[in-house]
Amino acid sequence: MKKLLLAIALLVPSLAFAAGSSHPLDKADYDLTDQASLQNGARIFMNYCLGCHQQQYQRYSRTFADLGIPTELGAEYLQFTGEKPTDYITTPMPQADAAVWFGAPPPDLTLVARVRGADWLYTYLRTFYVDDSKTFGVNNLVFPNVGMPHVLQELQGTPRISYEEAMVDGEMVERYVGIVADGNGELNAEEYDKAILDLVNYLEYTGEPSRLESEAIGKGVLIFIFIFFVFAYLLKKDYWRGIKK
Amino acid sequence: MNALLNWFEQRIPVMRVANMHAIQYPAPVNMNFWYVFGFLATIVLVNQIVTGVWLTMNFEPSAERAFASVEYIMREVDYGWLIRYMHSTGASAFFIVVYMHMFRGMIYGSYQKPRELLWVFGMLIYLALMAEAFMGYVLPWGQMSYWGAQVIVSLFSAIPVIGPDLVVWIQGDYVISGATLNRFFALHVIALPLVIVILVFLHIIALHEVGSNNPDGIAIKHKKGSLSEEEKTNYEIHEYYTSKYDIADDVVPFFPHIVLKDLVAFSIFLAGFAYVMFFAPEMGGKFLEHPNFEIANPLKTPAHIFPVWYFTPFYAILKAVPDKLFGVLTMFGAIGALFALPWLDRGNVRSWRYRSGLHKWNLIVFAIVFIFLGYLGGTPQENWKIIASQIATVMYFGFFGLLWIYSKNEKTKPVPTRIR
Repeated sequence: MKKLLLAIALLVPSLAFAAGSSHPLDKADYDLTDQASLQNGARIFMNYCLGCHQQQYQRYSRTFADLGIPTELGAEYLQFTGEKPTDYITTPMPQADAAVWFGAPPPDLTLVARVRGADWLYTYLRTFYVDDSKTFGVNNLVFPNVGMPHVLQELQGTPRISYEEAMVDGEMVERYVGIVADGNGELNAEEYDKAILDLVNYLEYTGEPSRLESEAIGKGVLIFIFIFFVFAYLLKKDYWRGIKK
Repeated sequence: MNALLNWFEQRIPVMRVANMHAIQYPAPVNMNFWYVFGFLATIVLVNQIVTGVWLTMNFEPSAERAFASVEYIMREVDYGWLIRYMHSTGASAFFIVVYMHMFRGMIYGSYQKPRELLWVFGMLIYLALMAEAFMGYVLPWGQMSYWGAQVIVSLFSAIPVIGPDLVVWIQGDYVISGATLNRFFALHVIALPLVIVILVFLHIIALHEVGSNNPDGIAIKHKKGSLSEEEKTNYEIHEYYTSKYDIADDVVPFFPHIVLKDLVAFSIFLAGFAYVMFFAPEMGGKFLEHPNFEIANPLKTPAHIFPVWYFTPFYAILKAVPDKLFGVLTMFGAIGALFALPWLDRGNVRSWRYRSGLHKWNLIVFAIVFIFLGYLGGTPQENWKIIASQIATVMYFGFFGLLWIYSKNEKTKPVPTRIR
């Protein structure tokens, strides 16, 4: 019987296969109520990401309004391609050409936080490292062989992966320690992490711009339902008084 | 005012129907919390229809615009996000209450004579609901919409001879495409909702003809003239029922007693519903799967393809069988077995309260196996899961087989003739 089951098991082609790497993810402690962080995230996005990636489902004006950015200031400092504030956030890069250059068109990032999760993004953007064997000279721990250059290198500096030699079960092995930048970037390690957190915060916001409003309304609704429940329960109890079951 | 009402009543039986089917309908007094899910299912159905109507006002059923129009609803339509989350949370809530409703029917034997047809109507609703939910999930045109549709539609290719042509006929194209999306939209917003509403109507008519079951599984309607005046209920029950039967003092009128009870259950249900909808609409990727926030891409297969949680038990059964055709047959057999439940159970005691310990355990194990299959079908494939899902599939069908065997000469407890 066991053999039969095993044979059946081996005959079943695995319908799914494991994806990507299993690098542990760092917790992204983002805060959607922190407008300064969101504004900085938007600034980084418009300066570094928008060259290739779009947010074609979100309008500039919506971003400005939700992040407390006056339209004139937003238009002056966050819009670089002559679009109107009411336009969608699109990239000037021709998507068809980009598909040829990178192998695939750079994905739209409006909803990327809902696809990947904040932790994934936070870790991914902090785990690029120099790898000369790759087209863009960098590789990534969370997304191995990623077809994207390390766009934020001027902020982080040149990131190098470091290993240490360690004794495990009587054998010397190389163990991953971390990624350390050369110190030639505009930000130190702490500032870089904070900048990435701001960017992730912004992406989390664009994934679901209604999140804060939803929670605010939700609280009121739950309180209403609770009061409704109390009255419904008392009324029911009153009508059922004296009825033996 | 009365004259006006009378004018209507003489031309259309508003009050007569309301009295007969709602206000003066005799409901067993001992109906417990398991009996609220039918009411809740009706509420969710109304929610799905109303929010669905509003969604169609801005949704564009084309491969080019579907995904973008959903995001348009989420961002630019006033409270569009709320309507969309009501609809998406409602879809999962529908299956939660329907599964509870079905399990209630199983533990209290509500499918047994004379309620076989009532059960079959319910199963037909369940079947239509699955088709409705599947097509609805395709509409946002995300990655899981597309690849889920790919997996489900390709099941039909397993049918010998006509399979491949049938798939093209269903898709309206050689691949899943905008043409498929368009027809699924038509079926999702018009055809299937109509079918479901009609079936629900028939389900309720059939229910009121045979009467509600209860946790004791005993009749509240007795042969005319068999009860003394003392034993009859004092409540005002519609003459449609009292003229044919003696209604025992085991009932309460549907209104206000049952309505108020349902209202309490409704407010508890609503609290859970609102919590998920406002605070966790994705429900950790179970109600709205993460890959579905990425637009459908025929060139990029997702690492893992799962149907939404309410289909995963059957998906696990499908995957458990190595042969495609046999797998599809087994999967439909799993639903077919539920259809046949009234005839597979050969016992004549309804409620598990008065049936054998074996029966109780059989039901409990069945529920656990069903949930376990759901887990197996909804998580990434691993080697041990293949064998586990095969064992669970055998156990799933084992429930029906065992029931058929032991129910013939089951040792049951004496059943009281009256509820109180």
